[in-house]
Amino acid sequence: MIGYRAKGYRLAALFMLGAVLFNYPILSLANLNRMVWGIPLVYLYLFLVWGLLIFLMVLVTRRKPKISIKKRHYPK
Amino acid sequence: MLATETILFYSFGYMGLLFAIAYYGDKRADAGRSIISNPYIYALSLAVYCTAWTFYGSVGLATRSGPRFLTIYLGPTLMAALGWVVLRKIIRISKVHRITSIADFIGSRYGKSTTMGYVVTIIAVLGVVPYISLQLKAIAVGFLLLKSYPFHSMTAKFADFPMFQDTAFYVALILAVFAILFGTRHLEATERHEGLVAAIAFESIIKLVAFAAVGVFVTYGMYDGFGDIMHRAREIPELRRIFVSPPESGDSADWGIYIFLSMMAILCLPRQFQIAVVENVNEDHLNKAIWLFPLYLLAINIFVVPVAFGGVLHFSYGIVDADTFVLTLPLTRHQTALALFVFLGGMSAATGMVIVETVALSTMISNHLVMPILLRLPFPQFARRTDYSSLLIITRRAAIVLVLLLGYAYFRYIGEFYALVSIGLISFAAVAQFAPAILGGIFWKGGTRAGALCGLLAGFGIWLYTLVLPTLVHAGHLPYSFVADGPYGIGLLKPYQLFGLQGFDSISHAVFWSMLFNVATYVGVSLFGPVRPIEHTQAALFVDVYKYSGAPGESSFRRGTASVFEIKSLLRRFLGKKRTEEGLAQYAEQHQINWKKEMVADSGLVDYAEKMLAGAIGSASAHVMVSSVVKEEPLGIEEVMGILDETRQVIEYSHELEKATAELKAANERLKELDRLKDEFISTVTHELRTPLTSIRSLSEIIHDTPDIDREKLNTFSEIIIKESERLTRLISQVLDFHKFESGRMDWQFTWIDLRDIIDDALAATHQLIRENNIQVSRHLPAQLQTVPGDRDRLIQVMLNLISNAVKFCEPQNGKIEITLNETPDHVRINIKDNGIGISPENQKIIFEQFKQVKDIRRGRPVGTGLGLTISRRIIEFHKGKIWVKSEAGQGAVFSFTVPKGNSL
Repeated sequence: MIGYRAKGYRLAALFMLGAVLFNYPILSLANLNRMVWGIPLVYLYLFLVWGLLIFLMVLVTRRKPKISIKKRHYPK
Repeated sequence: MLATETILFYSFGYMGLLFAIAYYGDKRADAGRSIISNPYIYALSLAVYCTAWTFYGSVGLATRSGPRFLTIYLGPTLMAALGWVVLRKIIRISKVHRITSIADFIGSRYGKSTTMGYVVTIIAVLGVVPYISLQLKAIAVGFLLLKSYPFHSMTAKFADFPMFQDTAFYVALILAVFAILFGTRHLEATERHEGLVAAIAFESIIKLVAFAAVGVFVTYGMYDGFGDIMHRAREIPELRRIFVSPPESGDSADWGIYIFLSMMAILCLPRQFQIAVVENVNEDHLNKAIWLFPLYLLAINIFVVPVAFGGVLHFSYGIVDADTFVLTLPLTRHQTALALFVFLGGMSAATGMVIVETVALSTMISNHLVMPILLRLPFPQFARRTDYSSLLIITRRAAIVLVLLLGYAYFRYIGEFYALVSIGLISFAAVAQFAPAILGGIFWKGGTRAGALCGLLAGFGIWLYTLVLPTLVHAGHLPYSFVADGPYGIGLLKPYQLFGLQGFDSISHAVFWSMLFNVATYVGVSLFGPVRPIEHTQAALFVDVYKYSGAPGESSFRRGTASVFEIKSLLRRFLGKKRTEEGLAQYAEQHQINWKKEMVADSGLVDYAEKMLAGAIGSASAHVMVSSVVKEEPLGIEEVMGILDETRQVIEYSHELEKATAELKAANERLKELDRLKDEFISTVTHELRTPLTSIRSLSEIIHDTPDIDREKLNTFSEIIIKESERLTRLISQVLDFHKFESGRMDWQFTWIDLRDIIDDALAATHQLIRENNIQVSRHLPAQLQTVPGDRDRLIQVMLNLISNAVKFCEPQNGKIEITLNETPDHVRINIKDNGIGISPENQKIIFEQFKQVKDIRRGRPVGTGLGLTISRRIIEFHKGKIWVKSEAGQGAVFSFTVPKGNSL
């Protein structure tokens, strides 16, 4: 269960990271009338953070938990 | 531009393809080779979240509010990260409890409540109807646009058309048919819909590809890439304005609330629950899905901004409804094939949503609205019905038609005045009301039925007032002053500025107030309101699901039995014969039960039956039905508390620990005492051994060192040496005897014995000792005596012991020992009386204990090992007799022992 729990904590941490980066006041730092690489900064910022978050989620979930849970039987 | 026939042909062709996929998926599932059992299909099917709103509406919202449209996808991305904690728990709970819908989930959590089921179902239907109407609108608009562009302006009112020429009405009917075909094809009501999921996953691919196609066409076909569009857009003031999130007042609050709202929606929308929880094949699919799903959302949003800006650049502001850019842009360039593909993409987004949503809602309506009412109706012919399964299916089909007609009605009378996104957000705000009850329900055991019910009703009430009533105003059904001045002119009750709150848009305003009231009421009433025992039970089962879900039988505290026959016939009524037999056979196999022999269904089987039934008619109804045949032993409040109250468990546990510790302590004390006794024993024994040894050795040395020792002295010395050696021998043999007794290895040789012989033999053996001490011995023995069974040598040993003791303690000069023997019907008793110093009462108790010697100050250490009386007692007890002493200090002592006659053995 250790692996499962650690994964839960890591993902919860990613949630908090995303919640902070996607929201004001951090968002106001990127919400400027400026273009970067020909794209308005706020769009670029949101998509980059979004992509980064997904990438981090891939990293966290790719690690296999050390103990596998045995198959459970449910009534059908 | 396109012939109606062409559009219809492709539309129905597409639907036919979907149906083929669903059919194939079902067939594979029946064959046991599921095509949906992998994380990719699971993630794609989750993308049913992206509806016509995403497909058409995001572009429209982007032209109005810039990046705001992204909040609807950032929320679910964040929720996906929490999915491992939240969604996995919901999935596990739902699997264990065979939960089929969100109403079932909430109802089951709060004490299998039927009332909760009603409320959740009604809120879900009312909340989601606008959302369904949005899909109808999107398909109808797309269809008309494709057919008559550019002659038909997007702003025309559909309400002007007579009903039977109204495309949306036909769309609703066709979708109803498809939803029925997809969702309720099986007569078995409980199966997961593998085919449906396969079709939804396919639709997700189509809508993504279609949107990407139009995105690429606009970005690279009509313009020269992202940079080009942005560069041109910069020249347009209206577009430059939305290069940032518009910094009007309240935007930061709105932004956060929108993200929050979409987070709650992805969890609480009935269709998301259906796909993510009910249709989930394997919990572990979450592993990949929690990043695949956000990736899908990101992908489908990449081209929103270029299409929005490109559309505004092409048409300039306000001429064409921005919600239709994805269709109108290809059409202006005469790309009819692309436009048709995009239309199919939009249709896939809309149909996917409608089909899953109506299937989910129909399950809720039939299980939580219709069935509970029907089962409570006092119609005897209904209660006697032997087969409900077809009735269930009919109810569900009717519910699908009803929901779609409601959607059409909403569209016709209210919805067409709104942009797609606004309609969708109204639905989001409605289903978000479930979030406190769900999240509180899985993480907080204290949440009660009353709390959840009041919270839901409070939140729903606020939602109705702040979002739904104003839409009636806009549609002209209520006077405008209701919004502008508040009802009856009360300014504090203005639906868009409740209690005077300003600075929010209408959606975030409604979300803020409704969630505040919802959560506050939920928590408040839960903490201070009433609770029933079953709520405790369910709360524990939900919150601690990982703890209790080891095996199916463990996930319930139901106690009660029923007859197997009753259980069987109950299951048959709802599930049909085949599924009942299958289910029971499976249970029998797992628990090795022979149904032919088994007459009484134990609580495990009752619980299993209830879960089987819950899959078909929902947990609340299943609970009622099973309870009707079960002789339930009421679950006592103590037991519930015992089960739930972890503190109590811990206390009990520590009590046990304390008890064990105390036992250990006692054992340790005993060991210590034994150890002490052993030490004492060894020191006593060695001392006793050393005293004679010392005298033997010193006397031998004198004899050895003095060659001219006179004869008399030599005699005396050697006599002492002999006596001391005898004493040593006696001592050693006593220790050995004692050891034999203690370890139980003594050999006993029982014969019939005359106890008078024993006395004579013992006196003969101690003759020397008695004479030396000038003691007079008198015997009083009867003439006739019955023989007793006993070990001769051992009994002599006892006699010897007692006599030598008596000799030891007799008065030195005038010693008298009196031995008497008398007979009772069962025993022969021997008494040995001396006239010595006597034994004090406290010493009488201990002299038979091992190593206890009476220490007499006047005479110093007594001679002996302290084992003699102990050994004597062991011997007498082995003969089932008794040994004791009577004495008063200074008056001598009487040692007595009895040996039972053979007849009493």
